[in-house]
Amino acid sequence: MEHVIEIEGLTKDYEKGFLKKKKIRALEGLDLKVEPGQIFGFLGGNGAGKTTTIKILMGLIFPTGGSAKILGADISDVKIHSRIGYCPENPYFYDYLKANELMDYFGRLFGLETAKRKAVTEELLTKVGLEEKDWNRQLRKFSKGMLQRVGIAQSLVNDPELVVLDEPMSGLDPVGRREIRELIAGLRQSGKTVFMSSHILSDIEALCDNVAILRGGKLVATGRLDELLASEGGERTFEVNANGVKAIDLIGIPGSIRGAVVTEKPSGASIQVAGDEHLSTVLAEIKKAGGNVVSVQPVRQSLEELFVKETSGS
Amino acid sequence: MLRNIFAIARNTFREAVRDRVLYNLVVFVLLITGCAVFLGDLTAGNEDRTVTNIGLSAMLLFGVFIAIFVGVSLVSKEIEKRTLYTIFSKPIGRGEFIVGKYLGLCVTLLVNVAVMGIGVSLALVYIGASSLAASVWGAILLIYLELTIVTGVAILFSSFSTPALSALLTFLVWVIGHFSASLRDLAEGLGSDAARWLFGFIYYVFPNLSHYEFVTLAARGEVPPVSYIGGAALYAIVFNAILLAITIVIFRRRNLK
Repeated sequence: MEHVIEIEGLTKDYEKGFLKKKKIRALEGLDLKVEPGQIFGFLGGNGAGKTTTIKILMGLIFPTGGSAKILGADISDVKIHSRIGYCPENPYFYDYLKANELMDYFGRLFGLETAKRKAVTEELLTKVGLEEKDWNRQLRKFSKGMLQRVGIAQSLVNDPELVVLDEPMSGLDPVGRREIRELIAGLRQSGKTVFMSSHILSDIEALCDNVAILRGGKLVATGRLDELLASEGGERTFEVNANGVKAIDLIGIPGSIRGAVVTEKPSGASIQVAGDEHLSTVLAEIKKAGGNVVSVQPVRQSLEELFVKETSGS
Repeated sequence: MLRNIFAIARNTFREAVRDRVLYNLVVFVLLITGCAVFLGDLTAGNEDRTVTNIGLSAMLLFGVFIAIFVGVSLVSKEIEKRTLYTIFSKPIGRGEFIVGKYLGLCVTLLVNVAVMGIGVSLALVYIGASSLAASVWGAILLIYLELTIVTGVAILFSSFSTPALSALLTFLVWVIGHFSASLRDLAEGLGSDAARWLFGFIYYVFPNLSHYEFVTLAARGEVPPVSYIGGAALYAIVFNAILLAITIVIFRRRNLK
């Protein structure tokens, strides 16, 4: 299967100082593959190298080392951009243009005919939730959220196979975020690949099939999101909920099982224990204390926990 | 390729119009009207020369002002405001972008010069110098060709330097360009090899803008021959092609931070 994005050993140094002798490494040996038809989340703290990677992919800056391909073509080939859509972080457009003029201009750059440009403009501005009365207003009068919507609309002008979104939820209110989230999910349904960076982990968790996490310019984790979230510590953690019993009655559990945690609940107690082999001991203790087991469920770490763990290096 | 260049040039012209660059025309019209109406009595029969001199000189200065200040911001403003991010994510080469921006500003200057030229001609008709009203257009064409070179110089500097430094350097090139031929002749007379080498270098590297100085002659009713205009146009085309080629080479290597 051909990868939509294929990055090998990508490295970027920024030169600093008057003589440009000081170098700061923004990206170090990044290897990444993105398969078609998925939403790929690109995570990392500030300065982790996310935007640098996206800028290299878009041909805005040049790598110091390594290589990258998009849809099988080298990133230096600008022709491949006819199959890509891109919305930068905090997009800034020609503010003297109206929203529909901007869409028309970008449509021209893709070689779309007049009638097609008009139809695509109307379709996409509606799709991103921009009210019709705003289509004919200059962008300098737009709020940050409205610009973000225009940014996403313009990234779809050419009906791209790959959509690259840098912080697409930035500046949007909760309703706007939900609408754009649905739009992005719709892109996957229509067979497009989405490569997105975001600080809003709940959006990544809700949307993404695969993720990559960067720290200090290096890749620290990548894979299917559900597998990454389930792989904490190499063994599964379970939460056992019981009623008819108090936490104090189960005090023996933490004593005999290392790392087990017993919590008082209004209707009983909750026990968290790591490792399948300890599960039967916990169930026996609950029965011995006269309680009833209500539920036993595996515990997944949240994306936030994974993100904090990977980006802090702890 | 041509489609992209045309789209970028069209948008550059629209930007100039919406950013009120052409408002300078209002000032120019007021100036030329004032000259035509009020200078007649003061210049004792030379009002046609005065109106032509002031009109064409103002046209050149206004044009140079626009070519420098709009020219140096053509690329730098797009980088600073990050509007290039979305442009270069489209199938647009950096060379196409530079040529499109350059042509867009040239069209803006063409409209500017044409409207100013009509203003000067109308002022000359108003004071009864109808023959000059037609003959000044040769000089106006030369002014326009000079402005295209100034624009090329401005866009070259703006591809690697700050707007303020680019404006200063372009202005210096414009000044030196008007004196490079005289300086070379002066150096020949001095007999110094070093001076001859230095001013010879300046003469060949800097644009020779003295080719486009025809304001004084136009005020006397002289018309540049077609062959002269053709040579000046060819020089402008070749010089601009070199300037744009260097600009594209520099800009292609530039990281857009």
